[in-house]
Amino acid sequence: MGRYLIRRGLISIVTLIAISVIIYGIIYLAPGDPLGQLATNPNVPPEVRERIRDQWGLNDPFYIQYWKWAQAYFLNFDWGNSLTARVPVKDYVLDRLPVTLWISGSAFVLGILVAVPVGVLSAIKQYSWFDNVATTFAFIGFSIPTFFSGLVLIIIFSVKLDWLPFVYSSQDNFWDTLKQSIMPITVLGLFTSAQLTRFVRASMLETINQDYVRTARAKGLRERSVIVLHAMRNAMIPVVTIIALQLPAVVGGAVITEQIFRIPGIGRALIDGILAKDVPVVMAITFGVSILVVVFNIIADILYAVLDPRIKYD
Amino acid sequence: MARQEQATTTSTTRQPVLADEAQPTTAELGRVREQRSLWNNAWRQFRKHRLAMAGLIVLSFFLLAVFLGPLVYDEKVNDPFAYPTSQAPSRDHLMGTDSLGQDMLARIFYGGRISLSVGLVAALVSVMVGTAIGAVAGFFGGFTDSFLMRFTDMFISLPTLPLLLLITFLFKDSMVEFFDERFNTGNFGVFFLIVLVIGLLAWMPTARLVRASFLSVKEKEFIEAATSIGATRGSLIFKHILPNVLSPIIVAATLQVGAAIITESSLSFLGLGFPSDVPTWGQMLFAAKDYLSINMWEAIFPGMMIFLTVLAINYMGDGLRDALDPRKTS
Repeated sequence: MGRYLIRRGLISIVTLIAISVIIYGIIYLAPGDPLGQLATNPNVPPEVRERIRDQWGLNDPFYIQYWKWAQAYFLNFDWGNSLTARVPVKDYVLDRLPVTLWISGSAFVLGILVAVPVGVLSAIKQYSWFDNVATTFAFIGFSIPTFFSGLVLIIIFSVKLDWLPFVYSSQDNFWDTLKQSIMPITVLGLFTSAQLTRFVRASMLETINQDYVRTARAKGLRERSVIVLHAMRNAMIPVVTIIALQLPAVVGGAVITEQIFRIPGIGRALIDGILAKDVPVVMAITFGVSILVVVFNIIADILYAVLDPRIKYD
Repeated sequence: MARQEQATTTSTTRQPVLADEAQPTTAELGRVREQRSLWNNAWRQFRKHRLAMAGLIVLSFFLLAVFLGPLVYDEKVNDPFAYPTSQAPSRDHLMGTDSLGQDMLARIFYGGRISLSVGLVAALVSVMVGTAIGAVAGFFGGFTDSFLMRFTDMFISLPTLPLLLLITFLFKDSMVEFFDERFNTGNFGVFFLIVLVIGLLAWMPTARLVRASFLSVKEKEFIEAATSIGATRGSLIFKHILPNVLSPIIVAATLQVGAAIITESSLSFLGLGFPSDVPTWGQMLFAAKDYLSINMWEAIFPGMMIFLTVLAINYMGDGLRDALDPRKTS
């Protein structure tokens, strides 16, 4: 296990470096002058422009520019300043993190809380009316894009019924915060639960027909303990792994939800950053998500080994 | 193989013909049913999946509507203030008008062409790239395999949505310029860019799937037989292995069409996809989201179109999986 983790960690570091080269390369190759207005302003003499270019290192070849950036980014943890907000990127991003964590985190928890019982029940009572309803809803749930379900909720609960606000604003009062979070959490949460339910059901169906489950039943255990202790414990192993793998994807989902409900979180910061060509902010968020993906991949592998003694890495 | 009769398909009056039955006489030969190919069998199986059939019908209807509809429905797509703005559906405008007073149905037709084409072409790109990489990795094995799989792992770790947004935003303008200059169709540049980026960020699952299938089929005896009679690598890959791993590829491709449609719509919904004079369904939602309290229909129609299309495609994928999975043929 130890040796596996070390090898896995080294591969991950190489992967992350490669990803950073790709992302940096894309921004480097992009047309348009990083100097922005300075480049086209006729009042700026060419010598001055050249001097700024030299100073910013824009005349250096790609690998030197990349190296300088990587050094600052990885070794000094200096993420630069946001070009639009004029504050350090670290502060800018960290300021927006809590809202995203609150919305996406609650949505994820809601998704799991719905998906696990529904998926398990659905599998136990396969082809019952409950199973049919649940699978149909799950199918619809992951075919409906969040940007449409979000707009439908707004039409129903904000426009028609006028119960919930559809613009997220900072509130002191907990009740108001809760009220404006209901719709975004529901939209994201139900989407997550639709995906997870199918997975839980499939995994449970596979275990329920195993010999050891039949043995448990044959030796006269109560049905409840057969399901919960024997079948579910094993069925949940791949589910836990999938949950770990999906966590970073929640950030991606947050981009759209935050745009619909105008939530000032990370996803919103990313869109604003892209529209304003705010390279440091975009770079920090995009790369941050990559790190999350890589880290959670490792976590999923470890969880798999911890939960399932049959799995051995060496 | 073709003569195997399945228990579930004996609804016709023909007698089941089994391979190990006594040889039929010449008189009986005339009654032997036509041979059934794999695709024939799959189609019979697919037809029994009611929701998949419904999906196929809905999708065919949408395809016909968006490509033939504009020929009979004579309305301009981009014609601001031709009609009163933000009208609910009426007899004159079956889907109402948008906030700029343009006929919604005409825009739904036009947008459908783009959204569906993007979905189909992007899925094609990703499936072709994924199949190529997976086939090479699975067939050659060894260093090639581990290199290509590390490469795939790296792509899986890429943050898809942020990169998609970033690339389309950064390169859109120059693509439009380039295509405008060379081919006089700037919007085709956006189409090309979006299709390429969606395709190149979505091939990884297909590659893994194809590699796994190649690894298992490669060890089969008929491959050994083909090698022994001197089949070249090319014919081994394309003639002997690939046809045997097509089923999972087809299922993956179908589901990717739906995923690509959602991705393109998300891009447009965030205002980073097609320009505003190209009303894709996502782009129409983007335009409608600020007028929900005035005219909700402007959001409901394009949203329902995306939803129903993706639902139809996903059910078709489900049906195809059942039809093509040999374990499922009970």
